Amino acid sequence: MNRFGFDVIVLGGGPAGLTAGIYCARAKMKTLILTDGTPGGQMILTHEIANYPGVESTSGYELSNIMKNQAKKFGATIKSNVKITRLDLQGEIKSVEVAGKDLYTAGAVILSPGGKSRSLEVWGETEFKGKGISYCATCDGDFFQNKEIIVVGGGNSALEEAVSLTQYAARVTIVHQFDNFQGFQHAIDEVKANPKIDFVMESKIIEFIGDESLKRVRIQHQVTQEITERAVDGVFILIGYEPNTESLKGMLELNQWNEIVTKENLETSIPGVFAAGDAIHKRYRQITTAVADGTVAALGAIEHLRVAKTVSVV
Amino acid sequence: MLRTNLKHITTEAEFHSTLQQNKNVMICCGRMGPMCIPVYGVMEELEQTYTHVAFRDMEFDGPVGHLIRNLPECRSFAGLPFTVYFNEGKVAKATSSIQTMDQVTDILAKEFGKVRAGAEH
Repeated sequence: MNRFGFDVIVLGGGPAGLTAGIYCARAKMKTLILTDGTPGGQMILTHEIANYPGVESTSGYELSNIMKNQAKKFGATIKSNVKITRLDLQGEIKSVEVAGKDLYTAGAVILSPGGKSRSLEVWGETEFKGKGISYCATCDGDFFQNKEIIVVGGGNSALEEAVSLTQYAARVTIVHQFDNFQGFQHAIDEVKANPKIDFVMESKIIEFIGDESLKRVRIQHQVTQEITERAVDGVFILIGYEPNTESLKGMLELNQWNEIVTKENLETSIPGVFAAGDAIHKRYRQITTAVADGTVAALGAIEHLRVAKTVSVV
Repeated sequence: MLRTNLKHITTEAEFHSTLQQNKNVMICCGRMGPMCIPVYGVMEELEQTYTHVAFRDMEFDGPVGHLIRNLPECRSFAGLPFTVYFNEGKVAKATSSIQTMDQVTDILAKEFGKVRAGAEH
């Protein structure tokens, strides 16, 4: 096992994690950022960001790159597409094992695992991904010119993307499990006013059917239990995100929604372990709030290390 | 031009010479969107260790995107990116939409063999 010592390890490379890395590295803490995907987190899912203060318009990819390069400039080490095989958060020195062969240790850990797209967990969803099932309207909408599309979901993303997809589709049907939408009122008004959009409420897709590509879906009404089949060319699944905290269960305190519970300084139930970003219990999830969390968690970790006078040794 | 650190295929001549000069080729044909960027990121990571594979990207809407878009193996695809694995010039595998590191390395292992001894991954 190869062993590497750091002062702070940040788990997660989205805006919260990258900000925490910037602050820790700039404070001369030996800082490691580990991410299981490409740095940027959910930011790279966004084509245009127009509400980041000080930046009139940019892409998620561009903003991610700037944050990543800034963290590196201050001396943070970033390892992406890693597989964490073991995590030990107890004691003065925490450890993270990667790929079963590298062991990273630190006196403080900042957890910023973010969120992951909810899936329907319905038969055919994996089989038809990219062959009729999509999670990105901006990416894949133009494959469905004059076709029949279903959008699954009832929040802002689903409503806004349904409207966006009408520029391509012959018809867009929103299938939603509840009898009302959860988005902002203006988004709801817009879908209701669009003549190309219709609605199947209190219903869920229970099966995807096709051969080389998706051809039909089976939909079940949640009250009557009636099942209907519907021909479709594309389904866009936009049912929100859930905290990426599955691997943390049993290690520290999570609430009923599997969000990480934190104190005011974003320390978790384990001393020396902090959390930031979409995975913590909070009301609003935006890039700016993630950046704020990353800052607070980093300052908390720095203070923890100074008080504990903990030094990681290889 | 795609803003990645991969070599780009921008002409038909580059496409054919890449397939002729390399036994194993992985081409990701996409845009700079949220489904494509993670795949480019995976390829950039793997380039260091999978030295027996030539990793390239290609602009989906570019002048030679049709070389991938019109492949029979991509006929049913409706999700970016289209990622095609070539072995000795022939399509070994093609995938549509975002792929994870594990999904890509599984295909590379199956179609092109595992990482050579001594290489780190």
